[in-house]
Amino acid sequence: MFVDFFLKLRQARLPVTLREYLSMLEGLAAGLAECRIDDFYFLARTTLVKDERLYDRFDRVFGAYFQGVESLSLALLADIPEAWLRREIERALSAEERATLERLGWDKLIETLRRRLREQEQRHQGGNKWIGTAGRSPFGAYGDHTEAVRVGQDRERQGGAVKIWDRREFRNLDDSVVIGTRNIQLALRRLRRFVREGAANELDLDGTIRATADNAGYLDLKLRPERQNRVKLLLFLDIGGSMNSHARTCEELFSAARSEFKHLEYYYFHNCVYDSVWRDNRRRHGERLGTWQVIHTYPRDWRLLFVGDATMSPYEITHAGGSIEHWNDEAGAAWLERLLAHFPRAAWLNPEPPAHWPYGQSIKLIRQLMAGRMFPLSLSGLDQAMKCLVR
Amino acid sequence: MKFTGTDSYVATEDLMVAVNAAIALERPLLVKGEPGTGKTMLAEEIARALDRPLIRWHIKSTTVAQQGLYEYDAVARLRDSQLGDARVADIANYISRGKLWDAFTADDRPILLIDEIDKADIEFPNDLLLELDRMEFFVYETKETIRARQRPIVVITSNNEKELPDAFLRRCFFHYIRFPDRETMARIVAVHHQGIKKTLLSAALNMFYELREVPGLKKRPSTSELIDWIKLLLVEDIDPALLKVSDKSKLIPPLYGALLKNEQDVQLFERLVFLARREGG
Repeated sequence: MFVDFFLKLRQARLPVTLREYLSMLEGLAAGLAECRIDDFYFLARTTLVKDERLYDRFDRVFGAYFQGVESLSLALLADIPEAWLRREIERALSAEERATLERLGWDKLIETLRRRLREQEQRHQGGNKWIGTAGRSPFGAYGDHTEAVRVGQDRERQGGAVKIWDRREFRNLDDSVVIGTRNIQLALRRLRRFVREGAANELDLDGTIRATADNAGYLDLKLRPERQNRVKLLLFLDIGGSMNSHARTCEELFSAARSEFKHLEYYYFHNCVYDSVWRDNRRRHGERLGTWQVIHTYPRDWRLLFVGDATMSPYEITHAGGSIEHWNDEAGAAWLERLLAHFPRAAWLNPEPPAHWPYGQSIKLIRQLMAGRMFPLSLSGLDQAMKCLVR
Repeated sequence: MKFTGTDSYVATEDLMVAVNAAIALERPLLVKGEPGTGKTMLAEEIARALDRPLIRWHIKSTTVAQQGLYEYDAVARLRDSQLGDARVADIANYISRGKLWDAFTADDRPILLIDEIDKADIEFPNDLLLELDRMEFFVYETKETIRARQRPIVVITSNNEKELPDAFLRRCFFHYIRFPDRETMARIVAVHHQGIKKTLLSAALNMFYELREVPGLKKRPSTSELIDWIKLLLVEDIDPALLKVSDKSKLIPPLYGALLKNEQDVQLFERLVFLARREGG
């Protein structure tokens, strides 16, 4: 019976599968959500949604789909005792509104309300219509869906009757990220170099067997150091200016890289690398580190990865004094070449789509400088870049 | 068998539905949420409420899936063979059981807690797919299949450090423990500190939620920190009036060291207070 709901969820691009849908039906069959729509909502959410970032999207679909169901129970309202209604309304209104009410008269009011309810039932319009028209009636102040339902529905059940999915409490968790960090991490895994280094604390079974055999069958234990990822990555990130529109992707890449590599150092630059870089963007003008120092600090076995859109005026690369931020004595190209000479394994990731590359003069220049090692900042591009860095 | 929270654990309605669904349909329940919202506690409390044994499996970055099943101690066997121990003949003597094995063969339907699954290697959850789905695994050394007598109630916690694979997520039920709102929080505190004065509680909560709103905090204080802090307040017998300063410039909670665990946060906070004071006059 919920096939439509399931399809609606799929339409909203929630990654629900048949298996999860069947789980939900199983739950219903097991009587986990028998009489309350809230329970059903919780059950559906717990079985169908597997990521808190998708909670909000789920809430919206749920709200849209089950509005009709809600109004069914509203229709029943037409038969509720008048005294009860009166008490509820009295409780919900302010003194001023009550005064307006007095003028209209209780009986007339109740009559209006009843009529509205019936009207609504006939037109199958859900709660909105009632509230819509009621907006000009003494219910004025309650001219939105949530409070208006409250007048009718059993309020004891959960305090205010604002529906849980209508509260949309998970709104800010929905970020609609297409590529998650997991995918990036998987791509980064290509860049793994396992090395055994340090204290020998792991049993080397093969070695032990060999040594024991050599030892005429007497046990000779062999230990070896644990396998660890020894890849060292130096990340240079372009920040500010045209890069702002790519901030999201870069953040993802950065967080994925941080959890994947034990040896990761990063520096920021703007547009092109010059004589200094910085670590902390808040103090970029105060605490800068000379590029020479970077070159001297990290040995050649570090892999160098630039992330930047390489979109700037060509002068910023080719000419001394071309930098837009300060006076640079040497051209950006010189610094770039210096870095590349020191770190033979390097690549450039560009968040701009490759289709735009031929039109950017500066992109062409940087590509030349990088000897073609520029890759798009997409999953496949990342994959290629990692392959290039592993060599 | 229904879980409705315990005298020391306040479960929200949605959490109860999720737990009961996991119990009834025998699926693992994946619990996520901010640190300190009681994810690990949940498993302990389910065990207590249902009076079942709890088997904990704490995951570290070096944990591999196989360790949860069993481990074969080849070295011990080799050593015993050198010494001519009679135990050598039976390979089963050298197989040590893992947590999953324990959970599968327990007499009473146990609760299995797989704590902080995101700490492990990125492939770790994939290696447990079949085991958690079919609740069985094969022991190569003894050529036997271990099947769960009754499916344990599996609670898995994650701190969101790594994304979990889709195939794994499909097999789990999922619940995100939201940071408790004031009302729930008041109930939670009341559970831990019975008979706390209403004035102190509300003043402390005010201050706590205000502190959580301070922008730029590296680690926002969570439930467990609040409970510790209130405990300190009670021990030190702090006057609730001290907490009730409407003037923002004086907002510096007593014993704030219990709430802010990060050096930078303390500094940031002190700076903000300083600024507020200067502005205030």
